Amino acid sequence: MDYQLREELNDIKEICAEIAEKYIIPVRAELDEENRFPTEIMKVMADSDLLGIYIPEEYGGSAEMFGGGSMALCIATEELSKACAGIAVSFAANALGAMPILISGSEEQKQKYLPALAAGEKLAAFALTEPEAGSDAGGVKTKAIKDGDYYVLNGTKQWITNGGEAQIYTVIALTDPSRGARGLSAFIVEEGTEGFSYGKKEDKMGIRASATRELIFEDCRVPAENLISKEGRGFLVAMKTLDRSRPGVASQAVGIAQGALDEALKYASERKQFGQRIDSFQGLQFILADMGTQVEAARALVYSTAKMIDLGAKKFEKESAMCKVFASDVAMKVTTDAVQVLGGYGYMKEYPVEKMMRDAKITQIYEGTNQIQRLVIASNLIREAASGRKK
Amino acid sequence: MRIVVAVKQVPDTAEVRIDEERGTLIRDGVPSILNPFDAYALEEAFRWRDELGGTVIVVTMGPPQAEAILREAVSMGADEAVLLSDRAFAGADTWATSHTLAKAIDKIGEVDIVMTGKQAIDGDTAQTGPGIAASLDWPQITFVGKVKELTNEYMIAERYVENGIEVIRSTLPVVITVLKDANTPRLPSLRGKMKARKMEIPVWGIDDIDISPEDAGLDGSPTQVVSIATPDTSVDGDIHKGTPEELARKMAELLLRKESI
Repeated sequence: MDYQLREELNDIKEICAEIAEKYIIPVRAELDEENRFPTEIMKVMADSDLLGIYIPEEYGGSAEMFGGGSMALCIATEELSKACAGIAVSFAANALGAMPILISGSEEQKQKYLPALAAGEKLAAFALTEPEAGSDAGGVKTKAIKDGDYYVLNGTKQWITNGGEAQIYTVIALTDPSRGARGLSAFIVEEGTEGFSYGKKEDKMGIRASATRELIFEDCRVPAENLISKEGRGFLVAMKTLDRSRPGVASQAVGIAQGALDEALKYASERKQFGQRIDSFQGLQFILADMGTQVEAARALVYSTAKMIDLGAKKFEKESAMCKVFASDVAMKVTTDAVQVLGGYGYMKEYPVEKMMRDAKITQIYEGTNQIQRLVIASNLIREAASGRKK
Repeated sequence: MRIVVAVKQVPDTAEVRIDEERGTLIRDGVPSILNPFDAYALEEAFRWRDELGGTVIVVTMGPPQAEAILREAVSMGADEAVLLSDRAFAGADTWATSHTLAKAIDKIGEVDIVMTGKQAIDGDTAQTGPGIAASLDWPQITFVGKVKELTNEYMIAERYVENGIEVIRSTLPVVITVLKDANTPRLPSLRGKMKARKMEIPVWGIDDIDISPEDAGLDGSPTQVVSIATPDTSVDGDIHKGTPEELARKMAELLLRKESI
């Protein structure tokens, strides 16, 4: 479908496609196998100005050029995900890490951190999840206790994307344990801060080129000026951040699904059985038709949501959750179908679709499981309906 | 440092076929691309510009649509671009082409280095770079695999030749032709693409440069392509059958008979 994207968005698409072709596709299987972070490819993205597309011009980025930045992030993430979701998430999680500063940071914080992120001189990561705080994000146990001009952080963050590779971390911690989620605050913690170290690096099912690691805080003294927004606003900052980043996960899912569909179409046109191309069989055509329709429907929902955010909508929690749920379920379905289309070859590592199927699964889990997203969608629908009845 | 990179728009050779009756390339429907070797010349120019400061000016001679590769070069990092396009330039051979480019380089002025790819993938002559040097009466270093040192006065470069590496030192100005060993060309950037789209690229015709009509285009070309054909590459092969051991013995015998081993 032609979405009549503006020229600047097409530039992003073209550049990402070229990076995918020249730098990602040749090494994606190797990075997956070796669980290796794509440091060189992140550098290429930085040199192509891709790391600042969601950051305003006054902080060294180019978001205005694309009418906001949400659509730009989606287009880039989708195009990169077609080739490798592990590399694409390293790109997207960088934006996720910067998002709390971008949407809730002070002017000084923005001036201090965003230009280096826009230029790709530094990478960022967002740290919310803990062993006992996943879907229940309010259950964060990491403490940040004020001590003069510092906050002293103690605790462990788990499964942090870009952990160990990023230099700037936005961390959610408890400043007032008596107030639960209302006692959470957001902080900027720089790599090298005393008392901040990295723990276990995870060995994952998919997105294996991305780094997923523990962050350990032991009497880590963070300057008080690194508090984002105010004490007690951490949960809100985290939720606003995730509302903005979920279309990114959704576009990752669309990209994975499109990549799998492309592989399935290519294979089905080359593979012959019973003396003819297998894409001439109606049974297979039905599968391909459903795959294509689902991918396009997911893309339409993601683009509409991104556009809504770029146009300045104040509330998009529901739409953001909807596109994440729908696109990630599509990605799982379409990649599974792609493996089926390729049959035995699809199950083998020589072909990329088994990796795509492994990669797809995480999109139903991270940045809020699809079950949590459905709760969010339902509560919004019910609330909207109730307020409609009042009118 | 002012560096001019002379580039060429070529048909994507992976898709070109030859019309043997007419002796011409069938270019219809074949995408035009930046000559791949010229990308290494561009990158070499960008690299030294980034290090020493200065300007990279990209120039090409061709039909109006050749402007596309100039915009591509700008999206990769070129600062300025010039298109040489005029019916009077059409049909030029390598002599007329390099002479015309040299005259344009004169007009650009105060140029320290001219860089080109080692050759174009369509004509494969590798003559245009040396031709520019001859026409400008500048020194030249061809087949450069590495520029080792560059100052405002001189360049030291390695020529990768058949049996080794020649290290050449030349005063500036100089013309060099660049091999793919020299670097890895950068990709276009978003800001570059934006700049490329907005840039007004000057088009210079025969009246804009100091050249006489008899030295340009077909009239200025001492050579002409008389015919063009695809060589017959089919070679008769023999098929041998047997066990791997028998086949190995057979192959060794055949090679010995041909005195290949």
